[in-house]
Amino acid sequence: MTTPMLEISDLHAWYGEAHVLHGVNFQVHQGEVVTLLGRNGAGRTTTLRAVFGLLNRREGSIRIGGQEVIDWPAYQIAHLGLGYCPEERGIFPGLTCEENLLLPRKLRVQGGQAMSLDEIYQLFPNLHERRYSPGTRLSGGEQQMLAVARILRTGAGLLLLDEISEGLAPVIVQALAHLIRMLKERGFTIVMVEQNFHFAASLADRFYVMEHGRIVREVLASELSEQQAMLDELLGV
Amino acid sequence: MIQIFGIPIQALMGQILLGLVNGSFYAVLSLGLAVIFGLLNVINFAHGAFFMLGAFFAWMGLHYLGVSYWVMLLVSPLLVGVAGIILERGLLRHLYQLDHLYGLLLTFGVVLLMEGFFRSIYGVSGLPYPVPSALQGGIDLGFMYLPIYRLWVVVVSLALCLGVWLLVEKTQLGALLRAATSNPKLVEAFGINVPLIVTLTFGCGVAMAGFVGVLAAPIMQVSPSMGANLIVVVFAVVVIGGMGSILGSIVTGLGLGVLEGLTKVYWPEAANTVVFMIMVIVLVLRPAGLFGKQA
Amino acid sequence: MNKKFAISLAVFAALCALPFVGAYPVFIMKILCYALFACAFNLLLGYAGLLSFGHAAFLGGAGYATGHALAVWGMSTVQGLVFGVMVAAAMGVVFGALAIRRSGIYFAMITLALAQMAYFFFMQAPFTGGEDGLQAIPRGSILGIDLNNDLALYYFVLMVCALSFAFCSRVVNSPFGYALRAIKENEPRAISLGYDVERFKLIVFVLSAALAGLAGSLKSLVFVSVTLADVVWHMSGLVVLMTLIGGVGTLLGPVIGALIVVVLENKVGEFGQMLASATGWNGFELLGQSVPMVIGLIFIVCVRLFRQGVVGELAHWLRTGKSP
Repeated sequence: MTTPMLEISDLHAWYGEAHVLHGVNFQVHQGEVVTLLGRNGAGRTTTLRAVFGLLNRREGSIRIGGQEVIDWPAYQIAHLGLGYCPEERGIFPGLTCEENLLLPRKLRVQGGQAMSLDEIYQLFPNLHERRYSPGTRLSGGEQQMLAVARILRTGAGLLLLDEISEGLAPVIVQALAHLIRMLKERGFTIVMVEQNFHFAASLADRFYVMEHGRIVREVLASELSEQQAMLDELLGV
Repeated sequence: MIQIFGIPIQALMGQILLGLVNGSFYAVLSLGLAVIFGLLNVINFAHGAFFMLGAFFAWMGLHYLGVSYWVMLLVSPLLVGVAGIILERGLLRHLYQLDHLYGLLLTFGVVLLMEGFFRSIYGVSGLPYPVPSALQGGIDLGFMYLPIYRLWVVVVSLALCLGVWLLVEKTQLGALLRAATSNPKLVEAFGINVPLIVTLTFGCGVAMAGFVGVLAAPIMQVSPSMGANLIVVVFAVVVIGGMGSILGSIVTGLGLGVLEGLTKVYWPEAANTVVFMIMVIVLVLRPAGLFGKQA
Repeated sequence: MNKKFAISLAVFAALCALPFVGAYPVFIMKILCYALFACAFNLLLGYAGLLSFGHAAFLGGAGYATGHALAVWGMSTVQGLVFGVMVAAAMGVVFGALAIRRSGIYFAMITLALAQMAYFFFMQAPFTGGEDGLQAIPRGSILGIDLNNDLALYYFVLMVCALSFAFCSRVVNSPFGYALRAIKENEPRAISLGYDVERFKLIVFVLSAALAGLAGSLKSLVFVSVTLADVVWHMSGLVVLMTLIGGVGTLLGPVIGALIVVVLENKVGEFGQMLASATGWNGFELLGQSVPMVIGLIFIVCVRLFRQGVVGELAHWLRTGKSP
């Protein structure tokens, strides 16, 4: 049994005084695509942020490739090969599209597939067109592409994607799905938070359902149709 | 002799030049204050004290070690920068998660400490510092007498401001700074050591203050309180200009310096307070500041 | 009778008795005036969450006003005090209306700049006596009792201060006070609940200025003089320190803070010498001679380690048995 790429045990986390995660446990193996499902407020985004060390207070265990990182600052965690696409996309205002792409540095992790600027522009031609526009003036879809393109520049192998399909036109969502599938083929490991069940269902190998800051169910992709009723109830879809 | 509104043109131009000199100080100091505030969200009350420190290091270098102005122009800001880094690492960084007012209070305490320290050793009166020989004298332009040193101060300060502007707006390092100002946590998530950048930025910001301190030494007397009255005016400059734009800080600083100079000529009693009066007017008409984005 | 009232009564009684156990009335009056000053300041900072860095303008401004009224216009003591308070309140309206247009750090910077403006005005205006200040202010009399008698003035000042503290306490525990705290905690929420936040802030600002003015007017009576030192920005910083040391947002905090700071100012020289001879390090003596340095150090230590102030830490310790 190989070391999981990401292993979370009994993770507790706080936003200020509020205790938001109450002992989260799950694992992700290399090359898998795993989705965190759940209603708003269940703690999915918080879990991603906790993994990346973006919260002030965490307790428990987070292991990346076997390395315990619960006490590490975010920039050190990144160098283990992580990339983060936040829910609000996080395009830096005051920077052009290209400046946004040039900002990330190649991470120190070995064997990362850091894409050059040219490769990014080949993959995302519309970003090339808009490269001198201020980042925040891109359309929603373009901003999402930019956010994903940014982390591909770093050579990160473990991607944490938060609601990347949110608020986008179906055509763009399809393009994103195509992109995720391509990344999966290239061996990236992905943890996604998704509201759009169909989007997630077409891509993920496994699903975790979260409720009140805990994982309450694990479902394999192969079991999806059987568990549909249970999922509908849990997610209130 | 030409007179403008009853004042001989030589006197007027002389005051305008002096106003430009003061304006240059305002511009550089408000720039440093703005850069530090953008990244750290701390108003560095001690900025004026670091200005004073820069002047004192220059004086001490000359007085105790015979080190020239030119060398101290490079060394003094470095020393001040180091002092700033020690302050940031040792004390300031523990306050970032708290209410921003605590940073203001801490740096206020630092001012009292630094000024009190120098006052207890060197007293209240100013220590003279000579103008370097290469910059002595002046040029007679007919309509005014142009002291070379004052021209030097204005030119160098403007060059510094422009340099900072170029760095922040046109380089990749600047892009990093701008990104970290708006979303420091996300920049960290890209593997960039943001805390280190914060420390270095603070160091550079106060080093800039130290640099103009050296420039100011031959003009003002080197005294422990030389930064104190300056910093309050710089605060007013910052409120007037708004902290969002670098060019805004530069233009506002220079403009207010010149305005102050003109006021000294035509309405001397108000010279000390004209900047504050303008602050009042700007607050009534345009609370966000002339160039400000809402902070 | 509830506990707090009993304690206050006991403290008041103790203060009444103090001159008879050898304490210098002028020294205690100084503490009382600063305590009132700090209390006024705390109303703004602790309960409304607004940091003013220019409160000395109100202290000194009212002092100059009262001093001038008593010395030059020959007003009675009470008239002079009322005049001083009104001047401070008027300044409060102007400063407040301007400063409230911005928030947080900008607010602090604006108050500082406005106070500096006031400082230059007071420095240049003929009626203040400039660098020399106003001297030999006649204390006058109240109800026929001559206030030149330090003891008589002491009880007068004590009464006024006690009433002012009681007033502050009433304000803080009134619906107005609760609304202020709501605004401090979560301003957008308060706005959405329909509170006219700007008006509340202005009212508390003027109240704070007026009370600070009262402290300044009383102080001018105690010391029969007013100087530029009362309007300089160090004084504004001093009242911030008093409130911080004592405990922001507590009623007793400013009083304790004022006590500590005044005692410190007086004794720091001796303390420094004592430490110097005890440890053999001359630096202590140097430190003792520079009040600003010591105050700066205390500021730094307080902000870093001791943010709740004496009263805050004590209250926490009593509640939970451990330090915060």
